[in-house]
Amino acid sequence: MTCLQVTKLQDALQALAGGGVTVIAGGTDWFPAQGDRPIRGGLLDITGLGALSGISRQGTEWRIGATTTWSALAAANLPPGFDGLRAAARQVGSVQVQNAGTIAGNICNASPAADGVPPLLALLARVELASVRGTRHLALADFLLGPRRTARAPDELVTALILPDPGAAVSGFAKLGARRYLVISIAMVAANLTLHQGRITAARIAVGACAPVAMRLPAWEAALEGHPLSQPLPVPDLQTLAPLTDVRATAAYRRAAVATLLTDLVTDLIAKGAS
Amino acid sequence: MDFILNGAPVSADPTPGERLSQTLRDRLSASEVKVGCNAGDCGACTVLVDGLPVCACITPAHQARGKRVDTVKGLLQTPEGQRLVASFQAHQAAQCGICTPGMMVAAVALLRAVPAPSVVQVQDALGGVLCRCTGYRKIIDAVMDATPAAIAPGGVGTAMARLDGLAKITGAEAYGDDVAPLGAWVVKVIRSPHARADFAFGDLQAVAALGLTVLTAADVPGRNAFGVIPAYVDQPIFAQRQTRFRGEAVAAIVGEAAVVAAFDPEDFPVDWTPLPALTSPAEALAPGAPLVHPDRAGNVMCRGRVRRGDVAAALETADIVVEGRFQTGFVEHAAIEPEAGFAQQVGGRLEIHACTQAPGMDLESMAEILGMDRADIRIVPTAVGGGFGTKLDLSVQPYVALAALKTGRPCRITYSRSCSMQSTTKRHPSAIHMQIGATRDGQLTAMRFDGDFDTGAYASWGPTVANRVPVHASGPYLVPHYLAETRAIHTNGPPSGAFRGFGVPQSAFALESLLEDLAARLGIDPLELRLRNALRNGDATVCGQVFDQGVGIGACLRALRPAYDLARVEIAALGAGGRFRRGVGVASGWYGCGNTSLPNPSTIRAGIRPDGALVLHQGAMDIGQGANTVIAQIFATALGAPVDCLVLIGPDTDLTPDAGKTSASRQTFVTGNAALRAGLALRAALTTRLNVAPDAALTFLPGQVRAGGQSLSLAALPPDRFGYALSTEQSYDPPTRPLDADGQGAPYAQFGYAAHLAVVEVDTALGLVRPLRFTAAHDVGRAINPLLVEGQVQGGIAQGLGMALMEEYIPGRTENLHDYLIPTIGDLPPIETLIIEEPDAHGPLGAKGLGEHVLIPTAPAIVNAIRDATGVALHRLPVTPARLRAALTEPRHD
Repeated sequence: MTCLQVTKLQDALQALAGGGVTVIAGGTDWFPAQGDRPIRGGLLDITGLGALSGISRQGTEWRIGATTTWSALAAANLPPGFDGLRAAARQVGSVQVQNAGTIAGNICNASPAADGVPPLLALLARVELASVRGTRHLALADFLLGPRRTARAPDELVTALILPDPGAAVSGFAKLGARRYLVISIAMVAANLTLHQGRITAARIAVGACAPVAMRLPAWEAALEGHPLSQPLPVPDLQTLAPLTDVRATAAYRRAAVATLLTDLVTDLIAKGAS
Repeated sequence: MDFILNGAPVSADPTPGERLSQTLRDRLSASEVKVGCNAGDCGACTVLVDGLPVCACITPAHQARGKRVDTVKGLLQTPEGQRLVASFQAHQAAQCGICTPGMMVAAVALLRAVPAPSVVQVQDALGGVLCRCTGYRKIIDAVMDATPAAIAPGGVGTAMARLDGLAKITGAEAYGDDVAPLGAWVVKVIRSPHARADFAFGDLQAVAALGLTVLTAADVPGRNAFGVIPAYVDQPIFAQRQTRFRGEAVAAIVGEAAVVAAFDPEDFPVDWTPLPALTSPAEALAPGAPLVHPDRAGNVMCRGRVRRGDVAAALETADIVVEGRFQTGFVEHAAIEPEAGFAQQVGGRLEIHACTQAPGMDLESMAEILGMDRADIRIVPTAVGGGFGTKLDLSVQPYVALAALKTGRPCRITYSRSCSMQSTTKRHPSAIHMQIGATRDGQLTAMRFDGDFDTGAYASWGPTVANRVPVHASGPYLVPHYLAETRAIHTNGPPSGAFRGFGVPQSAFALESLLEDLAARLGIDPLELRLRNALRNGDATVCGQVFDQGVGIGACLRALRPAYDLARVEIAALGAGGRFRRGVGVASGWYGCGNTSLPNPSTIRAGIRPDGALVLHQGAMDIGQGANTVIAQIFATALGAPVDCLVLIGPDTDLTPDAGKTSASRQTFVTGNAALRAGLALRAALTTRLNVAPDAALTFLPGQVRAGGQSLSLAALPPDRFGYALSTEQSYDPPTRPLDADGQGAPYAQFGYAAHLAVVEVDTALGLVRPLRFTAAHDVGRAINPLLVEGQVQGGIAQGLGMALMEEYIPGRTENLHDYLIPTIGDLPPIETLIIEEPDAHGPLGAKGLGEHVLIPTAPAIVNAIRDATGVALHRLPVTPARLRAALTEPRHD
């Protein structure tokens, strides 16, 4: 077996086109999944692709390179609409994991409890996929197909996440776990809200670890849009969630906790936006 | 591949996909990088790559090319490193030391960015490193302390730094995975993926053809069984035909490291036929359930019982009776060091180097398994990266020994985290029914306790739990009428064994919860209720044992009063109701030090060499609790010598007499007494020869000892058989008496006592419990080293907190340190330790044992605080957010 360390995107895409290689970046999910079993097949390390790292604004869009680490995201100077994503960045695993783990790795690993996904959904993220066949973009919701399943073709590489500028939106993220650090979420919520003239004028709400993939809550978003800030919040509509019972919590608990987390988060954001 | 390691250029050639931790340890001898989980879950392996902390175990080695990699060893020379070494020593921030290199590296990175960090900044920066020993608070103190002031070494009563602290802090300490010779062959154990299965091997020759040696039951020359209690040696080294729990060993492969690494255990030729498995005592006790062991009828391994007075009549006539059913699950020790070691043949003998809590027992067991004379085996314990009871049992030792004997080469093994969690012992799950009767004014009159303990597939320490619990289930209270009965039930779960407290934390959860019921129903202050019933000098315990002195529970409870009253005032000021509610809870504990009515002697040898060096053969395994320091302090005080001039020779069955196992909170008490006697005996030998008064001040100089103007030339004395000018060997065995059929007798020579207070905040909407602070009063008789006492208290509380709120091992589901949660540095609130010194007549200079006592009151204190906050009594541990919220939203019946 081999480990290919590439410095040019074309070399990476050629290697993927040839088949039989597994992409590795920070390794924070790859090694735990591998355990102490022998490694079969080749590895393609993409951390040498400088163009894949970093955050930039291009017109009305933001581009977060695939190998941008959580630490880099947390430290980046970004508008308030990214506060939720940055908060998630500070809660992925540990500092050690945040220093190595990448944003594309988080979505490609496709854990239902991936901390990065809800804030990215709330930011309307699209996934940029490159291959020798060309480049395509998928909405993140279309990229994530299920637990550990994505729409990435075997010869494709996620090269970036593209996000529309969140404008004046306020943003937040909350993660619920049974201990303070190094915890896999029981549930997490993210929200981007635009507040204007005493009302919520736009709401993007997403929930993680409560369905096979993290998902937005269009019904509650609709209920929030136009909602006067002075009025009590509508009760979160969680019908589309499909939480599981597992070692971390029961399905009933997840459903109830998410309602609380969402109400808390939106209430906090309204207070923050008003101040 | 070239990179800079600790400032110096190095070159290594890692295989594709190799972990940086492996490259550093195996190729570059950087054994200060400790590996706890290989999954980024524990952070022990933290190193800096270009200045940023990462887990070396999940960093692709090839990514280090051209970068700067710093381990704790390299950082020691930096200003931050030097400051941290001094403060970690001064605060005793290292216990077992296995996580310390990771903590140090993470702390250096923090101090470089934030020279004077806040508590929260320390927690955020160190949140990725798990510690199972310390309870984290001393680590926080150490990182925040810019001007650490160490306490000078001294004898009994001195809060001096650990004698072995520096090695732990610098990463120099050698644990089970750090000692094998270069090129040692590697052993990997093949384990059952099923809780119960028939199996048959396929073509083992095909494995041999790959260059691997296969070990099975056929390769065990002696008895294919191990266990810790002679009548219950029932666990095969390798199962034959049928396995009884998930993770049971059936075979092992041995070979060169690269060959073993290339072999996927999934490819081992074994056919499994899964069978229905017993997953709970209820299933195991059901009529017609298959027998886990054919000779143990009804799957009941053994029973325990203590009876005093007439409990039925007393419950009948009690003014009030409270009762409840309580349940706890498997708890994993989660020592950050997985089991590891190596074996080799040396001059016709076999040496086994491994982490252990019980070298003497290891020797006895290995002689039986190998069919060898004990004299032909040498057990050399390595440093132990956390034990808490699980390393009392054999784990890796038989496999490396059999491999070394069969291949003729040094053979090593390190359990993976999942292998460790699957195959080693757990705390017993319990199902308890308890009734307590009392008078109207809160005097306890009767207790009835029935406990079923899931002992899993094999006996391990199950009989000990079954016997200890009835003796302790009354708590440190005067109970005239008492009946406690226990059963250890076999299931197809992992073997339950010894875990800090041997079943008593489970029984204390039931007892102390019911006392809260009683206090509420009688309208008596919970602390006052406990005080009213606390044992006093001269009272008979439920075993009929009367201690005329040394009963310190009353003093512990009284010591909590100020903290309790303060908490009450605070909580009252916050008012009732609302989503976030505060509560305060208390609970007591007691624990008998040493074996229950069984001999458990310790022997200490000490000598003075002709050159004047004072040598202490200190055989009490230091698993982080501090025996190396405590025993030395006691010996030095008895002898009248400076503690820092002692030369310590650690446990080694060739060099050091047996100081028994590190278990049952016995080392300070039992080995401490042997050390005291050894110190006094050596002093007597010296003062006699010097012809000075027995209490004369001695001065130890090169080649001579002086006192009262006299001088003794050591070189002039004929060396004894150990080469000493003078030496002594002294033993101590606690005086106990057997228990009769009703458990009446004198099970322990001393008990230690404890009372905890917890203040918690409950988020009633999310079911989250946030402990805000603990106050812990412990009667230790005499604090040999007050800082070590605090360390034990804080670490025990951390484990009690874990048991209360988050820890539950579920076979097949939580076999790693991200699904099995232990507390992190952000989960432990400040802990105030109140040291009570009610001297014990049998203890060395009055000292009592401490280790297990701490874990006993913590969980019930937390649960009682939750009840105080919310009105809801929890009867099942752990109190996860989901369980608490469910309990809070259930219709109330009271």
